[in-house]
This record gives sequence, structure tokens and C-alpha cells, in this order.
Amino acid sequence: MSGQNLVERLSKRFGGKITGSNLDAIDPWIEVAPGGIAEVCEYLRDDAELRLNLLNCISGVDYFEADPKKAAKAGWEPHMEVVYHLSSTFNKHTLVLKVMLPRWKDDVEGELPEVQSVAGVFSTANWHEREVFDLCGVRFMGHPNLRRILCPEDWVGYPLRKDYEMPLEYHGIRGR
Amino acid sequence: MATQVDDARIIEFDVRTDEMLVNMGPQHPSTHGVLRLVLRTDGEIVSEVEPHIGYLHRCAEKIGENLTPRQWIPYTDRMDYLAGMNMNLGWSLCVEKLIEHELPEKAKHLRVIIAEMGRLASHLVGMGAYGLDLGTFSPFLYAFRERERILDLFEEACGARLTYSYLTPGGATADLPNGWLQKCEAFLDQFEPVIQEYHALLTTNAIFIKRTANIGVMSGEMAVDYGCTGPVLRGSGVDYDLRRDGEDRYTELYDGYAFEVIVQRDGHYPKDHDYPAVPKETVLGDCWHRFYVRMLEVVQAIDLVRQAIDRYSTASGDWGVPIKLTHKLPKGEVYLETEAPRGQMGFYLVSDGSSIPWRVRARSSCFCNLSVTSELCRGCLIADVPAIVGSLDIVMGEIDR
Repeated sequence: MSGQNLVERLSKRFGGKITGSNLDAIDPWIEVAPGGIAEVCEYLRDDAELRLNLLNCISGVDYFEADPKKAAKAGWEPHMEVVYHLSSTFNKHTLVLKVMLPRWKDDVEGELPEVQSVAGVFSTANWHEREVFDLCGVRFMGHPNLRRILCPEDWVGYPLRKDYEMPLEYHGIRGR
Repeated sequence: MATQVDDARIIEFDVRTDEMLVNMGPQHPSTHGVLRLVLRTDGEIVSEVEPHIGYLHRCAEKIGENLTPRQWIPYTDRMDYLAGMNMNLGWSLCVEKLIEHELPEKAKHLRVIIAEMGRLASHLVGMGAYGLDLGTFSPFLYAFRERERILDLFEEACGARLTYSYLTPGGATADLPNGWLQKCEAFLDQFEPVIQEYHALLTTNAIFIKRTANIGVMSGEMAVDYGCTGPVLRGSGVDYDLRRDGEDRYTELYDGYAFEVIVQRDGHYPKDHDYPAVPKETVLGDCWHRFYVRMLEVVQAIDLVRQAIDRYSTASGDWGVPIKLTHKLPKGEVYLETEAPRGQMGFYLVSDGSSIPWRVRARSSCFCNLSVTSELCRGCLIADVPAIVGSLDIVMGEIDR
């Protein structure tokens, strides 16, 4: 199935929840609204033709540039992306889904952006979402057990955010 | 509250045990590194297992945002430190996909030789360490005897025995030295008959079968649901191997090679007349099958290396000259997965147009493979926990990155 067909098919079914796509990229991707990702994933998994049953990876990417000169040239507004890589064990299909989020919910610093969890669709998302929450600071709504996974429970901040600053000390261990 | 019981027999059958939380690890020999498992046990029965990871977290992804792709190669070595070559390969291919770099013919075959030798070395440790998990020491020594020779070969090729940084975007840091191929072939000739010893020590060993057969049974659907890949997935009977089903940029390395994906089809493994028979006690998807798939992949890897050596010695082109250290990356993002020994190792690279990536992400196979532990261990015996975790063949360096 060509990318264009798939986008049309998904738009027809999910309407406004498919918010965009880029089919010219090296890995073409489809943008999904934060509230629709779970049902889109479920459809892609169960559809008899697509059968995208393997969730390879969930990654969080922070788009933020502190330097105003560089930020003006960057070509994007500051935002957070959650990227889902899906593939199928039945055929060679792979698919990339993206969810665009604000860096902070309602632009209040410290309030994490929210996206629907897909842990109910793919069990592997459970740990991947915990990792994205831990390192990038994205809250997955409906996740059964959303807590830090790689960093210690009492760690402060989200290390893979571009404006992250290393703590000066952690339990008496000197940082920086 | 004391209860009054008239009939003494009731007391006898009313022995209760308390639930207990047991910490297994982080410093426990059978957890393959620093993995902590918190078991909720009732007597010998485990009702819940909660893996705690992160003890070996070295911030590889954050470091990658400050280095050029070639500078990050040593950090990929330290992910799956038992298969550093395969990690180098995954990252190199990912970078080459972004910069649209085409490899010369010879470099492709070089990569197959190195990657499959890496798979051999890694599965040997996996096999030996699994023996250790189950309480037998000698297979470990046998496995390391052979692994030493592979490491010697790698040392001759790149100077390192564990953290190679040999395969790199563009090709490899150097060509194979003179006489390397002959030494490699001599090793394979010596190694191939020795595999029978492993089968005698472990695969067909009655105690080993008792410890692994019908333990930790995972269906194919469950394996896919949890994102398990590699031998863990194929041990559950799912016919999926990226060397055949992966992206073109990866599968073209294996173009024209004769190999069959190691998976049980209709109760048989490919060409299984050469191998020990599958014991009747085993069930598809149990620990024994995961182990067996690994053993068969060792045989397959030997065959692939032989084929690659033939092609390499007649191929045209050079070994693939590495790209510049500060090669400017085009704007864009790529994701590429390769079949590492422990499963699918994926790298995601986002570039903003400079020579340093905006974001790098490593999708670890063991990370997903381990996440299934709590599901597999529910209701098993404490002694079976190391058997199940060991059969997943995890490396903490890759999980925590």
C-alpha cells in the first residue's frame, strides 16, 4: 500500500485525529493527535492488511534551542515529539507515527505534556513509555505504572531535554 | 487471634506460609550483571517478579548529542559489550542510511564475516553463562576456550578484544590483515566438530532438559506483544529474522547468501537431521527452545562466515574507507534495525544539518526481552527464575545504555 493511500485511509477512519504527514522523508511518517494514538495503533495492529503487530521503539525528541540566534534559524517552533516505530512480522511493512506535543502542558513550566498511552495495545510500550517519561518528561495518560525506569526514583529533571542542567550534587555525590 | 480447633488433623493441614519479598541482585551471579529482581514469594512459589534496571545507565544517548557519529562508535561498543561488532554495525548502517553512503562490494562481505563472528562469540557466552545459571560450570570453560580464539582473531583485525570500534560509518577502520582469512578458516574447521561437545554437555543433558523443558513457556503472540526479538522470538516459533525481513540497506549485505531462518516449522528445525532431536518434554517457546535456537544459530553463523570468506576474497573494491570524523550530516531523521545476536538492535538518528546529531536513540533488544520476565515468572519456582532470565540471554550494558 502506498503512503498516500494509507494516509487517506486513516484520515477517512479517524478524521481529525490524523493531523499531518510527511511522505518525502527518508522514513515517511504520519502525525497523530495526542488523544488518538492508542486507537490508531490498535487499528494498525488488527487490520487484516497492515498487521503492524510489533512496536519496535518509542522515542522522545526535544526540539528546543536556548540560543535565540540559533533558534531563529532552526526552522521549527520549540516542541516535543514522541515517535513510534512500528513493523509487521507478517510482511515487511514498517511505519513511523509521530505525536507532536508542547514542551510543557499549557506552557506552564514543570507541567509535563500529556499523550495517550499505548501500553494497552502493545505490552512492550509499558517500559518504553516509562523510559520516555523518565528521560524526556512526557506523561502517558492511562499508563499502568508510570515511574522512572533508568534514573533513580528521586532524580530531579528530565535528562534528555535540551535545557536540562546536571544537578550540582546527588546524595553527596558531586555532579558536573 | 488464636483459634480453637477440636480436630487435630485440621491443624496439620492448615500450615500457612507468609508472603515474603526477596531481593535477587543487583549483585547476583545469575542476573548477568547488575539486574535487581524483587520477588514476591510464597514458600517456593514466586507470585510476582519486578525487574529493576538502570544500575548501568551511562547516558549514552545524551553523550551522543555531543559527539559526531564516528566519535560515538566506541559508546555503541559498550552497549552490548559481548557483541560490540554488531553494535558498531547497527550504528554504522544507520548513519550511512542518513548520508546515503554506498558501500563497495568487499566492505559488505567484510561486514558479514565480522558480524557473524561476533554472533558466534556472543552466543558462546550466552550458552556458557546459561550453564552457569543452571549450576553447571564446565560448559562455560568450553565456551570460553573457543571464544578466546575469536577474540584473538578480532584483536588481530582491530587491536581490541572487547570494545572494537572496528566497523564504522563508511566501512571499517582497516582491512583484514594478511593471512587473517586462513586463520579464520582454520578456526572454523576446528570449531565445527566441537559443537557436538556442547550438545552433549547441555542440549541433550537430562538434567539440563529437566531444568529448561516446559519452563517459562511464551507463545508467539505474547513474544510479539512484548516486542521480544531475536532468538527469544524465534524460540517461540515466529518466523522473523531481520537478515531476511529487514530493511534493504541491511538485507543487501546478505544478498545471495544461502541461509534459512532458524525457527521451528511443523515440528522441525531447518535441516535438523544433523542436530540432536528435540526432546519430547519440551514445548515450543520454553527455555530449552530459546537455547536451542541459539545453538543452531552458531552452526548457521559458521556457514555464513565461510560463504562470506569466499565472496570477500574475490570481491572488488576496497574494505570501505571511513567517512570523515566531522562529516556533515544532512537534515533528516532515520531509524534502522539490525539483527544483533540478542535481537533487533535499532538506532534512531535525528539530524539538524550539522555534523553532530540532534538526537540519538538506541532501541535495545534486551530491554524489550527483559520486560517479559514478570509475565513469564508468575507462578514459577524460585529456582526457575534464573533459568528463565538466563534463557533470555540479557546483557545489562545494552538494557541500561
